[in-house]
Amino acid sequence: MSDRAFQVSRLPGFATIAIGVFLALYIPIFTLAAYSFNTNISMSSWGGFSLDWYVKAWNNDQVKDATLRSLIIALWAAVISTAVATLAALGTTRRKAFKGQTFIYVIINQPLMVPEIVTAVALLIFFAQIKVITGYQGLGYLILAHSAFCVPFAYLPIRARLEGMDLSLETAAADLYATPWRTFRHVTLPLLLPGVIAGAMLAFVISLDDVVITEFVKSGGQDTLPTYMLGQLRRQMTPEINAISTALLVLTIALLTAFFLINRQNDKN
Amino acid sequence: MNAQNAVEARNTVKAFGQGDAQVRALNDVSVEIRKGEFFTLLGPSGCGKTTLLRLIAGFEMPTSGTILLDGQDITYLPPNKRPVNTVFQSYALFPHLTVAQNIAFGLQMLDKPAAEVKSTTEKMLALVKLEAMAGRKTSQLSGGQQQRVALARALAPQPKVLLLDEPLSALDLKLRKEMQIELKRLQTETGITFVFVTHDQEEALTMSDRIGVMSAGKLQQVGTAKDIYTRPVNRFVASFIGETNFLTATTEAGGARLATGDLIEVAGTTPGQRVTVAFRPEQVRLVTAGEAGAIPATITNLVYFGTDTHCHVALNDGTEVVARLQNPSTGDAGLAIGQTLALRFAPGAAQVVED
Repeated sequence: MSDRAFQVSRLPGFATIAIGVFLALYIPIFTLAAYSFNTNISMSSWGGFSLDWYVKAWNNDQVKDATLRSLIIALWAAVISTAVATLAALGTTRRKAFKGQTFIYVIINQPLMVPEIVTAVALLIFFAQIKVITGYQGLGYLILAHSAFCVPFAYLPIRARLEGMDLSLETAAADLYATPWRTFRHVTLPLLLPGVIAGAMLAFVISLDDVVITEFVKSGGQDTLPTYMLGQLRRQMTPEINAISTALLVLTIALLTAFFLINRQNDKN
Repeated sequence: MNAQNAVEARNTVKAFGQGDAQVRALNDVSVEIRKGEFFTLLGPSGCGKTTLLRLIAGFEMPTSGTILLDGQDITYLPPNKRPVNTVFQSYALFPHLTVAQNIAFGLQMLDKPAAEVKSTTEKMLALVKLEAMAGRKTSQLSGGQQQRVALARALAPQPKVLLLDEPLSALDLKLRKEMQIELKRLQTETGITFVFVTHDQEEALTMSDRIGVMSAGKLQQVGTAKDIYTRPVNRFVASFIGETNFLTATTEAGGARLATGDLIEVAGTTPGQRVTVAFRPEQVRLVTAGEAGAIPATITNLVYFGTDTHCHVALNDGTEVVARLQNPSTGDAGLAIGQTLALRFAPGAAQVVED
């Protein structure tokens, strides 16, 4: 009857379901953001608009410490995991298929598949022994743990970019007297950069957001923003949490928007 | 080793895969390409012509055999150490660089002084008439312009040999004709040896000084366009270049006798052998039926091509032969389907070819 191709968007009820899904996804977030501007201490009754909770959070030294710690860890984790992921992506795409390649993919993507709680417990035990032996108590454990589980998130966009790249460009560079290193430096890396930036941003956001592994690995006084918030929930819920969450949300959206704009600019060129 | 040779391949074999699944893309190919000539490797896809080009460029190493450049053995030298540049079928222009930066790339990788890079790049831009596009990204150019950037980029480092891998196949017919003339001009102006790979016989015939015809991993014949067209060594070459009629015949003193009983004059044969006689459609003359020594035939089809007409005729035993007749400037040739007539050949036109 219809000579047009099948399109899911033409099924009856498509719009209703789509709107329903969007509402389910975003109403809680909007509610959270709205109550961060509440004058009342209550999370359920509206008492008027104010920025008090933002001021309070801003002046809270524990929040400041936790935020700074979160940013330091996320930055390091993003840098380390992106470097590792770039090498892994080059190693798995820039050579002939080899035996055990699927196994390598599984290993790289292991953090996506193993339940986070298992990794958390394993790291707790492993790091506890190292702490005993070395006596080191610093942020290094958290940075290492975050770097490890961020690798697949950085790896996937970089590998996608590499696979979409025209291999003859590297052949052409070699033909034009570029050594393998200069081919990488002048051709592969510049073309790979959007993938690397995407991977790093994803890793940054994932690290910033982590609760489970951080909760297990952190030493005393090493709260990150998410674990601090979790700790607060156990005591008294105030809209300060809403304010912090909203700020975190805005930061994440800003990062993703920046990434999107950078990518679009690159595609235009 | 001849000092006149820019490139020489000696007994090169390139095998892919292993054991029973092994395929020989090149099977014992030897060829000498002279300095300053426009040499074309012509053959159908999968004949090994691109593999031979990749061996010369250094993108692949032969399974056995030797590649010489200016008399030097370069068989196992990596591509970045060979004074040879390639124009790729896909152009492979660097999308993150401008036109001028693309052209300068090879010179920069050779660590030439900045002033020389700049002046050579400008010279190349002028050579391919793209001065106005120097600052553009390559994605902003048309197919023909990208093609010219690829040429300029490969010519800029002044390679000893320029390799061209079917560079015109992505262009439309009109642009392709223009680029054929352009390529020949660039080759003449720069004096660089060009090795051009194509499956298009017309490209090969119009541009090349010499052509190497390849099939099934082997070099079938090397010669000028005229040599190959008029004296093909075997059935493959005769059928791949231009159109050819093939007739089976038995040799006897003075010629080759067809199954119809008619005799065709061919030179230099041993009597009593079954051979294939080949002749071009334009070498067939149609004469009135019953003329002594001519082969009787009936017209089965007439195809009009503007400047000429292809006249399909059937011999008495049903064998089909195509004759190409130039259309007279006034009126038509007075031929009709079903008409009976006879065939003659220009002297020396028919020849025996190997199968």
